[in-house]
Amino acid sequence: MVNTKDILETINMIREENLDIRTITMGISLYDCVSEDEDRLCEKIYDKITSKAKNLVSTGCGIEKEYGIPIVNKRVSVTPISLVGGGISPEGYIKVAKTLDRAAKELGINFIGGFSALVQKGMTNGARNMISIIPEALAETDFVCSSVNVASTKAGVNMDAISLMGQAVKRAAYLTRDRDSIGCAKLVVFANVPEDNPFMAGAFHGVGEDECVINVGVSGPGVVSSAIQRAGDCDLSELADIIKKTAFKITRVGQLVASEASRRLDVPFGIVDLSLAPTPAIGDSVAHILENMGLESCGCHGTTAALAMLNDAVKKGGVMASSHVGGLSGAFIPVSEDAGMIAAVERGALTLEKLEAMTAVCSVGLDMIAIPGDTDEAVICGIIADEIAIGVVNTKTTAVRVIPAYNKGVGDYIDYGGLLGRAPIMDINRYSPAKFIGRGGRIPAPIHSLKN
Amino acid sequence: MKAVITVTGKDSVGIIAQVSTECAKYGANILDISQSVLSDYFAMIMLADIQTLTLPFADFVDKMSELGHERGLEIHVMHEDIFNTMHHI
Repeated sequence: MVNTKDILETINMIREENLDIRTITMGISLYDCVSEDEDRLCEKIYDKITSKAKNLVSTGCGIEKEYGIPIVNKRVSVTPISLVGGGISPEGYIKVAKTLDRAAKELGINFIGGFSALVQKGMTNGARNMISIIPEALAETDFVCSSVNVASTKAGVNMDAISLMGQAVKRAAYLTRDRDSIGCAKLVVFANVPEDNPFMAGAFHGVGEDECVINVGVSGPGVVSSAIQRAGDCDLSELADIIKKTAFKITRVGQLVASEASRRLDVPFGIVDLSLAPTPAIGDSVAHILENMGLESCGCHGTTAALAMLNDAVKKGGVMASSHVGGLSGAFIPVSEDAGMIAAVERGALTLEKLEAMTAVCSVGLDMIAIPGDTDEAVICGIIADEIAIGVVNTKTTAVRVIPAYNKGVGDYIDYGGLLGRAPIMDINRYSPAKFIGRGGRIPAPIHSLKN
Repeated sequence: MKAVITVTGKDSVGIIAQVSTECAKYGANILDISQSVLSDYFAMIMLADIQTLTLPFADFVDKMSELGHERGLEIHVMHEDIFNTMHHI
């Protein structure tokens, strides 16, 4: 029989420390849906998604019950729509977005990702048409998530695409102004985007993927935080060990759920994403882990170092626990989805500049950050370009999901409730990079020797 | 296939009897029990064979949890594999 202490530890992790499987995401290829006729395209997309994923939610719920571990989200990601839509009109792309939304509602999932384009080097007419209507697509749908990869270490930075994304973010904020600009919460701009990420809003089913695949994202900031608290005054080597062991246990559960879901749905297992994904719930915060490591407040000097260590230890512990690891894998630092980050911003300890520095050593990037609604488009492009440059030069994934909350300023809040949470509007540097951004073209790919 | 049944709550007369009666009713064969009472606080862990269950496992989980509610106890039934994968390499 399993040791009593181990049983109680597992139960405590789930009941008290918010251990959960954050998402089971089914990736579905839509290549065989391609059609010249927009309506036929939509029909084929709807049929394929609803038939492939018809048992996704019920299977997820079954596993949840049997193993006693909450599986918070069941989601679907699809082939980047710009690759499937090809030369269809912008209106056609809106129809496709609505089709995805309808399929998501039919399946009972809470997000569908893949309204995406890969334009790190250049832009096809299809990608341009799709990007031009992203704001409308997000405003007219509930569950569709959109992402655009504007740069990669191999291709450099596509500044023309960044300009378009700056406009898209601003317009999405305006079109969803009656709902705290929620359109922007469903739109991510990436550098070096991973093709097997199960987390939204950036999930899509990559170009080199199987016909259909199951990817799982684990979570568990609360578990790591409590383990650190119990460890007391140990030194950093011991602390790293504790984080590794905890990450191992969390990831093992992810692996179990992933292989079980793959078996029951008869769909190949893709990857487990080793992430510390916070939620706004108390005791489920990455910022609180950093504070338990010994920082007075997340955002103070020393935060980047603590986060670097945390992120590395999570990966080291998780890698051995799973047969295939992928996706974003690392600690997420969204502001609105993390009670500790919100508190750090409120007390003035955490600024946008510090968050940017933190993204150089951890997963993803500037995530769920609310900025004043009157922020100039060029400034948003500048925020995106800075973050993307960090990813490109450091050969890592970075992303930007900022929300220029319409008609709101510093001191106001946006509040979405649920997993997306609430966030205070953060102050930004308003000097303009307009001329630099406006030059357009590409920043060449970085050199990989002479590392300094 | 085995399940781990954990029962926690305030101690009272007949907890083990009731839980094991419920197990017998649905065909779960109890393989091992470990139990302790610490200042009025009752904690029990049972290992049960669920191959012979007469109803789907998910329904058994609900039945046990309902029994817990009636008795003011927390009863969780979880597949053994979650503990094995988490704690054994």
